[in-house]
Amino acid sequence: MAPAIQLRRVTKRFLTPKGGVYTAIRDLSLQVAPGEFCALVGPTGSGKSTTLALISGLEPPSEGEVEVFGKPVTGVGHNIGYVFQADAVFPWKSVLDNVAAGPRYRGASKREARERAQDWISRVGLAGFEDRYPHQLSGGMRKRVALAQTLINSPEVLLMDEPFSALDVQTRTLMENELLQLWAASSASVVFVTHDLEEAIALADRVYVLTAGPATVKGNYVVDLPRPRNVAEIRFQPRFDEIYQEIWSDLRDEVLVSYERQKRIGAA
Amino acid sequence: MSVRSASALPEAAAAPERAGGRRALAARRRRLMVNGLRLLVLVVWIGSWELTTRIGLVDKFFFGMPSGIVQRLWTWITEGTALGPLWEQVLVTMEETVLGFLVGSVLGIILGIALGRNRLLADVLSPYIKAANSIPRVVLGALFAISLGLDLKSKVATASILVFFVVFFNAFQGVREVDRNLVANARILGADGRRLTTEVIIPSALSWIAASLHISFGLALVGAVVGELFGATEGVGELIYNAKNNFDANGVFAGMALLAVVALVAESLITALESRLIKWRPNPVTDVAI
Ligand SMILES: Nc1ncnc2c1ncn2[C@@H]1O[C@H](COP(=O)(O)OP(=O)(O)OP(=O)(O)O)[C@@H](O)[C@H]1O
Ligand SMILES: [Mg+2]
Repeated sequence: MAPAIQLRRVTKRFLTPKGGVYTAIRDLSLQVAPGEFCALVGPTGSGKSTTLALISGLEPPSEGEVEVFGKPVTGVGHNIGYVFQADAVFPWKSVLDNVAAGPRYRGASKREARERAQDWISRVGLAGFEDRYPHQLSGGMRKRVALAQTLINSPEVLLMDEPFSALDVQTRTLMENELLQLWAASSASVVFVTHDLEEAIALADRVYVLTAGPATVKGNYVVDLPRPRNVAEIRFQPRFDEIYQEIWSDLRDEVLVSYERQKRIGAA
Repeated sequence: MSVRSASALPEAAAAPERAGGRRALAARRRRLMVNGLRLLVLVVWIGSWELTTRIGLVDKFFFGMPSGIVQRLWTWITEGTALGPLWEQVLVTMEETVLGFLVGSVLGIILGIALGRNRLLADVLSPYIKAANSIPRVVLGALFAISLGLDLKSKVATASILVFFVVFFNAFQGVREVDRNLVANARILGADGRRLTTEVIIPSALSWIAASLHISFGLALVGAVVGELFGATEGVGELIYNAKNNFDANGVFAGMALLAVVALVAESLITALESRLIKWRPNPVTDVAI
């Protein structure tokens, strides 16, 4: 069976405003099996968001191949869900219409879309806020709108870019558990970007560590913790610590490289 | 609710109503003071104008005189103008302005969005648009007076050409400045090109367009009046033109006062329209946290 997501020796270059070329990703290869939950960790600016943009089809690779379910990605696919790092809910739509947007664009009737949206709004704990506009919500609430907006389409490939980083610890744990349940009930393949190694291990089947930019895969680690997991408790398992130590020694080096580099740029 | 003040000031938490009342009182007092000062400015301005013209320090033949202006307005209202009843003149100018405004802004919005969405079209047409924008467009009023005649059409054309460019540039810019994240999100959610335009591009460009409508209504009025000055048989602009020909400074000022009233009424209508169009935006008037 073809992997759900396959990147083969992918390179992505950007033109900088000054006319130079910046390589964000170099020679990056990774694979996500169908139904697998993958986490992507790496220092800031290493190219994690760029990797997701390539998988989603929003950006074409400069070199190499990107495939989803065995087919080369040529544009935005219909089976992709993407929770963006930046706020991307529509400020002129109410919460209800924001969540109903996906089904509407995909041809559902207004009534059906709103019914399904209502259900998802309750699931992310926003019942009662249907008529609010995004500017009337907190940052964490907007993130939950974005989550419902994405999950309502039941995507086969789910890309999430630091979706919970704006939430407080309690809500975050709740949402992580909720996500795991939703994912277990679906057959979605997930790529979950985070800065937080603990979060990555608690959620994922496999953790990819990226190098400081230009990103390439430094290593990938199987997380053989049992499922179903409770995110709040799994951190206390001895095996969790072992995995954490193993990955952290790799990640720390890259974070240091990235930090030193930024300090140098800052000093120059 | 006085949530913010209650958490900031411990003693206010004990008596929130009293604190709220005190603040409301202070706000009322301030409003009263501002309005009082405004009135004072008006009185000083009109009073010194009247006084200096009355004692002959300033020639009332050139600068008019407040009492004379009021008198002129009063005769226009009660006895009608040389061109007919006053309300007819105002109505004619209003009609030209509103029509010019509508034609100009609809064309501006359509073309602005079309060019904003289509790179090739924008590149091909941009030098012509820039050239057209750089000439002082009011002179086109003279051309329209020749080609379209002395009736409504030439004024509407002059007004709409002034409106068009302002609205066009704002709509164009609004489309260009759309948040790329929102576009990406809409595409991921399944929006096709048409949906992208109606659901993302137009709504986000609307705040730019709405901002331009304030200015452009004023310009529509300018266009209509200039059109009337170039040749007309009725309208407030024609009233002013006649007054000028009779060396009637009071008549010119009276016409200006009429235009100011029209502009103020229009301004409040536009503000109402704007808050309807973009009700999703944080609004300092309706979102008050008392
Ligand atoms: N459109 C673009 N044009 C030019 N450079 C870009 C563009 N997008 C990203 N980059 C550069 O590519 C690099 C990687 O960016 P990316 O957003 O993928 O990082 P990231 O790993 O997601 O970082 P963070 O964890 O801070 O979100 C950065 O140095 C960034 O400046
Ligand atoms: Mg990122």
